[in-house]
Amino acid sequence: MQFTDQNFEAEVLKSDKPVLVDFWAAWCGPCQMMGSIIDELAEEVKGKYKVGKLNVDESRETAMKYSVMSIPTLIIFKDGKDVKQFVGVQAKDNLKEELEKA
Amino acid sequence: MPENIYDLIIIGGGPAGLAASIYASRYKVKHLVIAKEPGGQAVEAHIIENWPGTESISGLELTEKMRSHAEKLGAKIEIDSVSSIAKEDDYFVLTAHSGRYQAKNVILALGMEYKKLQIPGEEEFKGKGVSYCPTCDAAFFGDKVVAVAGGGNSAASAAQLLSKYASKVFVVYRGEKLKVDPAYLDNISKNEKIEVIYGTNIKEIKGNRTVERIVLDKKYNGQDELEVQGVFIEIGSEPGVEIARQIGVGIDDQGFIVVNPDQSTNVAGVWAAGDATTGSNKVRQILTAAAEGAVAAGSVYKKLQTK
Repeated sequence: MQFTDQNFEAEVLKSDKPVLVDFWAAWCGPCQMMGSIIDELAEEVKGKYKVGKLNVDESRETAMKYSVMSIPTLIIFKDGKDVKQFVGVQAKDNLKEELEKA
Repeated sequence: MPENIYDLIIIGGGPAGLAASIYASRYKVKHLVIAKEPGGQAVEAHIIENWPGTESISGLELTEKMRSHAEKLGAKIEIDSVSSIAKEDDYFVLTAHSGRYQAKNVILALGMEYKKLQIPGEEEFKGKGVSYCPTCDAAFFGDKVVAVAGGGNSAASAAQLLSKYASKVFVVYRGEKLKVDPAYLDNISKNEKIEVIYGTNIKEIKGNRTVERIVLDKKYNGQDELEVQGVFIEIGSEPGVEIARQIGVGIDDQGFIVVNPDQSTNVAGVWAAGDATTGSNKVRQILTAAAEGAVAAGSVYKKLQTK
């Protein structure tokens, strides 16, 4: 799923499930690697957690609000709050464990 | 011996690991690739212009091609990091997030890791102004002031890229003369946004939520501190050989895995390829990493044949 400045509040902050947001951009090599991991993870945890991407180039406001200055950055949100943050490519199972803990 | 045992596990998914997989597939060696970051450091290369047959290609595109090539030939690539490796009888047990894996042979294609400054604030502000990937993060510093730590080609390349976005780029280098290719030197001296501070180290990175300034170990224009919003650390790389040490693989005094011409190490069943080895005269190129991967896979195949 794609998150944007427009749908961020409804889809992420007001979500009843924990949400993992992958902040990325097309120019960033490691982000492409992270992107395919995110796609796999989204499929695996479907129904349980929400997992998606936010393009920092298109949704600058949200990226700035959370002071994203390196990509990929991954943030887990729960009940409207950012509860955990990672910088750089992360292993799928590590992210899954962190979502379970959230 | 356990049942679900691979003939070969390749640790690492950069050019060395992927080339090893491509050759292993062609030899029909049952194998698995476990990669922390598929593509490895090459992914971050802005432009590659010395890969024969392709005049110019981004590191991202080239490594994606290598990955899909390997997968088309049947490679299974597990994106995970191996935290430990141990020898049991005549096979190896690898532990990763996703579980335990067994293999008769292991190719270590571990690559390089970025060197850290190891100063206060570096870890705290990682992703909040501290960056190790200029191609990823330069765009976040539009009209901001940034510092680059280092004085080699990667620092020069970072400064040049950053100058397209930032209002000012300070290159903070401990040496007295930059160690860069002549083309870079030209560029840096002509670029009005770039200012090199010689003979100086960054002692500390300070800020609130994000980076606000750096502390220097020597006054610059009468000041101990420089106001910057970003710090790019480009002081080189070192081999990422932690797991090799766990099984007693020989490492030279600079931290590289010692390999023989067939890419074997001093531990039977353990091979190594790519930037983290003493092979290929340590030139550390995508081309030589791939070549070492091919040699290693061929050696494993030969060993499996003679059993």
